[in-house]
Amino acid sequence: MNFNLTLVAQAITFAIFIWFSAKFVWPPLLAAIETRQKTIADGLSAAERGRLELEQASKKSTDSLREGKQQAAAMVAAAEKRAAEIVEEAKSAARVEAERIVEAARGQVEQDVQRAREDLRERVAELAVAGAERILRREVDAKAHSELLAGLKKEL
Amino acid sequence: MSTEHAPSNATEYIQHHLTFNAYPVGDGMVHVDSVITAFVIGALALGFIWWVARGATTGVPGKRQAFVELMFEFVDDTVKGIFPHGDRHSFMAPIALTVFVWVLMMNALDFIPADAAAKVTGLFSDEWRLVPTADVNTTFALALAVWFLMIFYGIKVKGIGGWIHEIFCAPFGGHPLLWPANLLFNIVEYVSKPLSHSLRLYGNMYAGEIIFLLLWVWAATGVAGTVAGAILGAGWAIFHILIVVLQAYIFMTLTVVYLAMAHEGH
Repeated sequence: MNFNLTLVAQAITFAIFIWFSAKFVWPPLLAAIETRQKTIADGLSAAERGRLELEQASKKSTDSLREGKQQAAAMVAAAEKRAAEIVEEAKSAARVEAERIVEAARGQVEQDVQRAREDLRERVAELAVAGAERILRREVDAKAHSELLAGLKKEL
Repeated sequence: MSTEHAPSNATEYIQHHLTFNAYPVGDGMVHVDSVITAFVIGALALGFIWWVARGATTGVPGKRQAFVELMFEFVDDTVKGIFPHGDRHSFMAPIALTVFVWVLMMNALDFIPADAAAKVTGLFSDEWRLVPTADVNTTFALALAVWFLMIFYGIKVKGIGGWIHEIFCAPFGGHPLLWPANLLFNIVEYVSKPLSHSLRLYGNMYAGEIIFLLLWVWAATGVAGTVAGAILGAGWAIFHILIVVLQAYIFMTLTVVYLAMAHEGH
């Protein structure tokens, strides 16, 4: 063990190295690591936030899906009800129309019958008059008995 | 080993390898080998870290940066555990990193076989001891620097009055009759701290060097000696990894502990 000026030289070297480390080595490493730690922490909290948002969004979508389903079901029910109503309306309208047509047809038939009866009566009257004429050709004066004939025709 | 004059016996061989390259400066001497080796290896190691730190990305680090950050975190965690007195990033952590990296690298030079290293250092000088921490001047330089910092921080934190008060009134108490006992105790403490701090590292590294040299002496005694020297040399080198890293770690930890103690009042 021989102490000499080496000790002083080494102490100076040590001082230089400490200064170098404290000034140029430690700060950039510390800054890099702390920045990265911050980035990671931010990323983690962002991920957590994203997870919560996703949770909320999926809950919301489930809710709106259920709501939509309910609305659709209500709409279908309303539509079915409306369809039933329309069918019912159409049925009753058809019934009314049918009755009207039947009524009209019945009137027509009655008219026809009336007319036919009228025609028939006329024909019968003519035939009767014709028959009577044939029987009474000579004795009957058409002019004299025309009043009688007309009365007869009316009675028939 | 020198090619100019091969040592004739074991004593001369070991003495040759334990001789510093001393250069007279003024009235004293300077061990050129210790100073230059220590500076070069420290500059290389810290320069490497500086180079990585300068290009450090805040994103995903590469393997090189990850390695440096691993070391950074290790030192930072150690300092964080020992030094809870304010901002450690301005001084305490950088000095711990410096001590750890520098001492580790200086110690690790012990792994280079002395005669192999001499092939390179022999270009500069015949006498060149490769392990600066096996030079008591180096370890004392570091320990005394820490010692002065310890006193500096003691005075800075407690004030000159508080520091002197502590020397006379701690650890036994403030009674005037206890002043001499306190003073004696503190003197012992202030003397033993740098002594144990520096001699622990010096002793370990010096012993490691001596054992290597003894094994190399054995290796020069024939085939059996070469085989035995090689096997035991490998074994000692592997065990020495533990010592090299452990001593660097202890030196760093004690540096931080002493400086942290200087911040604590009694």
